[in-house]
Amino acid sequence: MSYVTCLKAKESGVEYPVEPRTICDQDFSPVEVTYDYEAMKGRVTRESIEAGPPSLWRYRDLLPIEGPPRAGFRSGWTPMVPAQRLAERLGVRELWIKDDSANYPTFSYKDRVVSVAMTKACEFGFDTVGCASTGNLAHAVAAHAAASGLRAFVMIPHDLEEGKMVGMTVFGPQVVRINGNYDDVNRLCSQIADKYNWAIVNVNLRPFYTEGAKTHGFEIAEQMGWRLPKHTIVPVAGGTILPKVWKAYREFIGLGLVEDTEPVIHAAQAGGCDPVVKAIQAGDELFHPQKPQTIAKSIAIGNPADGYYVIQVVNESGGSAASASDPQILDAIKLLAETEGIFTEPAGGTTLACAIQLIEAGRIDRDESVCICITGNGLKTLEAMQGQFQHAPVIGAKLAEFDGLIDQINAGATVMPRAAVGA
Amino acid sequence: MYVGLNIDPRHIGDLCMTDPITVSIPTALRPQVGDQASVDALGSTVGEVLDTLREQYPEFGERLFKSGNELNRFINVYVNDEDIRFLENLNTSLSPGDEVSIVPAIAGG
Repeated sequence: MSYVTCLKAKESGVEYPVEPRTICDQDFSPVEVTYDYEAMKGRVTRESIEAGPPSLWRYRDLLPIEGPPRAGFRSGWTPMVPAQRLAERLGVRELWIKDDSANYPTFSYKDRVVSVAMTKACEFGFDTVGCASTGNLAHAVAAHAAASGLRAFVMIPHDLEEGKMVGMTVFGPQVVRINGNYDDVNRLCSQIADKYNWAIVNVNLRPFYTEGAKTHGFEIAEQMGWRLPKHTIVPVAGGTILPKVWKAYREFIGLGLVEDTEPVIHAAQAGGCDPVVKAIQAGDELFHPQKPQTIAKSIAIGNPADGYYVIQVVNESGGSAASASDPQILDAIKLLAETEGIFTEPAGGTTLACAIQLIEAGRIDRDESVCICITGNGLKTLEAMQGQFQHAPVIGAKLAEFDGLIDQINAGATVMPRAAVGA
Repeated sequence: MYVGLNIDPRHIGDLCMTDPITVSIPTALRPQVGDQASVDALGSTVGEVLDTLREQYPEFGERLFKSGNELNRFINVYVNDEDIRFLENLNTSLSPGDEVSIVPAIAGG
């Protein structure tokens, strides 16, 4: 049993039963899971959540599953890092890193959404799951399917990083590489979901899948000691996580679990793929799609169907938007690694680089609390860092040579890499 | 077949010689076109082809367009795999053999 009432179309308001479904038959707007919040009051409490497991399933009452979880028993509950050294570099008082680069088992925020989708696939009785992916989602679907004994088909653009290919193939799914970019893959998957009776997690299980993204926001609030950051900077690809972090904050506020401190949500995109940022900056309600051209491949989605809702949330919360160039993204990756010991992928570099811009532009007040959402792991995208570092010195296995090297380093002759701030 | 077509008279000659354009229909819209997976329609631009279908299947038209000539924003239209927003939108011209696909906008990531 759950607190779910129905699936409801976001625009027409038409209600549907809990079933595999993506959009409203009437107006094609996405359908969203709705809950009986009144029934939750007094039953879903800080104490009831704290008594749950150290995983995303501690928020099970706010997730759309009917029976016990079937996947992701160790997913979520990732580190919330008080980033003091980075805060000093950026000149802000209170800075947090929500670090899903340490998510389990596939090191990105996608372990959250897939845990919920996979459980739902089992509840609906599907034997095959699939996804359209820029890489991270494929990893999560393949790993969770393997652990659940389901057949997996993952559809990806043909030009993904080699590390990302290995990271999905190892779990034994059927990988299908599509000639085209992510938007082409996504369009094909919507047609596949139409024709084959499979659970395409981000298509016909999308309403359930996206609810899993709320747990990123729930954890931010709980791990900050049941309060909300003033500013949350979230990367935008397909547009799933940003509106869901907002929904998580609103749900906690509505249930009285946190005080409404008027949180603000900011959107981050890569400069080579920033349709949503462009629309927000221009004050437009709709975005114009783009052909992605960026090293941040995991967020290279030029036609984000939920982009409309990203624009809505950013505006409603009083937030802003920024986009970062490839060099800024790489510098931010190095800065986060050198100050906090966290190695993120280009999507995370994008988010930090955009946060830096918004701080420097005064859109984020240096005296207010800031949370940066890091959604993926740098070890998956080593190619992106090629040529970024000097070759390490090679010496003979002799102490005298080592002493000589130390003398050079102390004299400043061998400069260790240092990232620039906001370069 | 040509009744109610909103076409430029200068193109009538072209149209008579032109094969119909095949438009693929997503599941959600098939009930409005007699449960067909694709339908054929005449027109020299995307807008004309969709207008032909609107005339023939009014309920289909109501769902496809928000109002007037503004497409429902949750629907994407492709010509030979290219989103018409990268082309000339509804004014995108069509040649014999072109394929038009109507696909609901579905986010991923």
